Amino acid sequence: MKTPLRTTITALLLLAASALQAQTHLRVGLAEDPDVLDPTLARTFVGRIVFAALCDKLLDIDEKLAIQPQLAQSWEWSADNKALTMKIRPGVTFHDGERLDAAAVKFNLERHKSLQGSNRRGELAPLSSVDVVDPMTVRLNLSAPFSPLLAALADRAGMMVSPKAAQAAGANFGSRPVCSGPFKFVERVAQDRIVFERYDGYWNKANIHFDKVTYTPIVDATVRLANLKSGQFDFIERVASSDIEKLQAEKKWKVARITEIGYQGITINIGKSEKAQASPLGRDPRVREAFELAIDRQGLVQVVMDNEATVGNQWVAPSNAYYAKNVPVPKRDIARAKALLKEAGVPKVSFTLMTPTTSDAQRLALVVQAMTREAGFDVKVQATEFATSLNLADKGDYEAYVLAWSGRADPDGNAFSFHGCRQPLNYAGYCSPETDALLSQSRSARDPAERRKAYEQIAERVLKERPIVYLYHRNWLWAYNPKLTGVRQIPDGLLRVTGLKTQ
Amino acid sequence: MLEFLLRRLAQIVPTLVFVSVLIFGLQQLLPGDPAQILAGEEQDPGVIAHLREKMHLDEPLPLRYGYWIGGVLQGDLGESVRTQQPVLELVLQKLPVTIQLALMAFTIALAVGIPAGIVSAVGRGTWWDSAANAFALWGISTPNFWLGILLILLFSVQLGWLPASGYVSPFEDLRANLAAMVMPAFVLGNAIAAVLMRHMRSAMLQVLSSDYVRTARAKGLRERVVVLKHALRNALTPVITLGALELGTLLSGAVLTEQVFTIPGFGKLIVDSVFNRDYAVVQGVVLVTATAYIALNLLADLAYFLANPRLRG
Repeated sequence: MKTPLRTTITALLLLAASALQAQTHLRVGLAEDPDVLDPTLARTFVGRIVFAALCDKLLDIDEKLAIQPQLAQSWEWSADNKALTMKIRPGVTFHDGERLDAAAVKFNLERHKSLQGSNRRGELAPLSSVDVVDPMTVRLNLSAPFSPLLAALADRAGMMVSPKAAQAAGANFGSRPVCSGPFKFVERVAQDRIVFERYDGYWNKANIHFDKVTYTPIVDATVRLANLKSGQFDFIERVASSDIEKLQAEKKWKVARITEIGYQGITINIGKSEKAQASPLGRDPRVREAFELAIDRQGLVQVVMDNEATVGNQWVAPSNAYYAKNVPVPKRDIARAKALLKEAGVPKVSFTLMTPTTSDAQRLALVVQAMTREAGFDVKVQATEFATSLNLADKGDYEAYVLAWSGRADPDGNAFSFHGCRQPLNYAGYCSPETDALLSQSRSARDPAERRKAYEQIAERVLKERPIVYLYHRNWLWAYNPKLTGVRQIPDGLLRVTGLKTQ
Repeated sequence: MLEFLLRRLAQIVPTLVFVSVLIFGLQQLLPGDPAQILAGEEQDPGVIAHLREKMHLDEPLPLRYGYWIGGVLQGDLGESVRTQQPVLELVLQKLPVTIQLALMAFTIALAVGIPAGIVSAVGRGTWWDSAANAFALWGISTPNFWLGILLILLFSVQLGWLPASGYVSPFEDLRANLAAMVMPAFVLGNAIAAVLMRHMRSAMLQVLSSDYVRTARAKGLRERVVVLKHALRNALTPVITLGALELGTLLSGAVLTEQVFTIPGFGKLIVDSVFNRDYAVVQGVVLVTATAYIALNLLADLAYFLANPRLRG
């Protein structure tokens, strides 16, 4: 009798031990503290990293920016491109146990459209109504064809929250979000941690290998890295480019680098306010061309970004399918720059370049200052705290402004709001009815070849006027414990937890 | 004593009112538009308009102050526009952390600074004095963030003895809590110890040269008694004032140290909220720390009474 009992106890203890060991915890170091955790209201890039574990979306994008199914299993456009019919994945439940069906999708899209302060309204602007075709089929009716819709549904506009929880919580939903992603919300201590635990009812739970995820914001890149090295984190985002070489030489941590879908550039006030006319830079496109020709982008990337960026001259990187090949990256040409300034009648141009206070932005400004001096530019660098700089840019009280954009999967998200007349992010004040028509065309066309053609025409027009001098596309730099496998390098820079595993 | 206490308590009310007006007013001087910065990347005009309405930005200043102070009087400090968390909840999350860090740092500062000050004053010109002065110079001139990163590199990355970050509540796991707090407390305490040491030394030197100390020595008292019983009490008065101010500063948060060690205290919260123009959070947290500051000064006044019998008259 004694032996079987002992065997049983040993087996039980082993089982308990293995269960304890199986408690796996993914600890992620973020570069900033996210804002409100409500997909309808959320406004920051860093928040999207956290949402990737919390809230599933109707669609997703893959490594090549192609649209993939997530909560919607399949989708189909109507012949006139004004209706999108989606089949909802069966068997999906929210963290409160409620079922995801066509009615829930309708509720969510309408919430995005109608909730006060919704940040999704612009992304879903052409969406006029949502029909429940059958319990698992939904039809999105548009006022005009709108091809960027799919990419929007692969981001926050496609995130589905529990209608029951959203109605109960009202405007405070973001402090206790209930979604349908692989992990459910446990707690949030501002600027300290956001904790999620595995949702057992998740539709794709076979691919979820962690019991708990904790996101900790650490602003300082050196400290974030020290935390990875000391084993406090399994994964950190936005490693400083200056740390990469050493990190790779140490060979103890894995490094991932992905070209961002956003860009770094210099926005020039060419028509936002009267100030544009006061400066030759804002007044004369030839001066802006000379400014661009005075910049050596490759040198800039080398000095400012330790080569952790790809040079570019458009709102999408040269590797993007929608990059306009008819307007390639110009080479530095001081002689031509000088000639252009002479032609414009201003051999010496002096202006102020406003820059945010981040070290990258300031380094960029200083290098540009040095490079363009050779052609005859006298650039004064003015570091300005971000909220203030944003306000000055919006009022048109600036000449040139170092500004980055985190990017969207569809090129429309990088171009429309920046180059459309009077659009919110058009700080340059660029406005051309022809470009506006082309931008609308790029939105309504669904055939990629047709869209590419529209973007080629837009690039030709906009890049001649240079409301923004695009410089480069940074690499998203990640570092993680080599035991972590299944890290997917998706250009939006958001860590996907599905498929992640520790060995 | 009671009269003194009541008088001081009565002074607190107008001080707090003044502080609240000051916090509110100064914040309005910040450049930029809070609705814009809070609207995030997209800068959707609808969102900006909504935030403006929510924060009453289009209404006259006195009215906005009225909304805020009315809420405060009812115990409602408002809500963070950025994260939707109630300010009271943020304060309650961070207050215990800040208090613990402040007290630990202050204990280290007292334990090092006061004895070092006494020793260097008593042994003026000796090797002890030089060592204490060198320590003070190092403590005052070492930047916190630099010392913090060095400590992390040594104790967390190289030796692996202490966690580099990750605050744990003492009620959850006291050991882990102390392990996480000891480095930041040392960094903060180190700088304050140096300041306290310098003040203790000069106050002590002054008292030691006074007549009553000479009398005490003339009576044949042992040096130990002269220093610790007769001189120290008088010398402590300016140090108590300074200590209360330093402790008050600690309670208003230690931005850089908190940032380096990821300690979720007040400092980082205030700074981030100022950059994000999250007015309600800034106002709420500053009001709480101002109240703590005033309370500490009151305690310091009471401590004079205990240290210096002449004030009790």
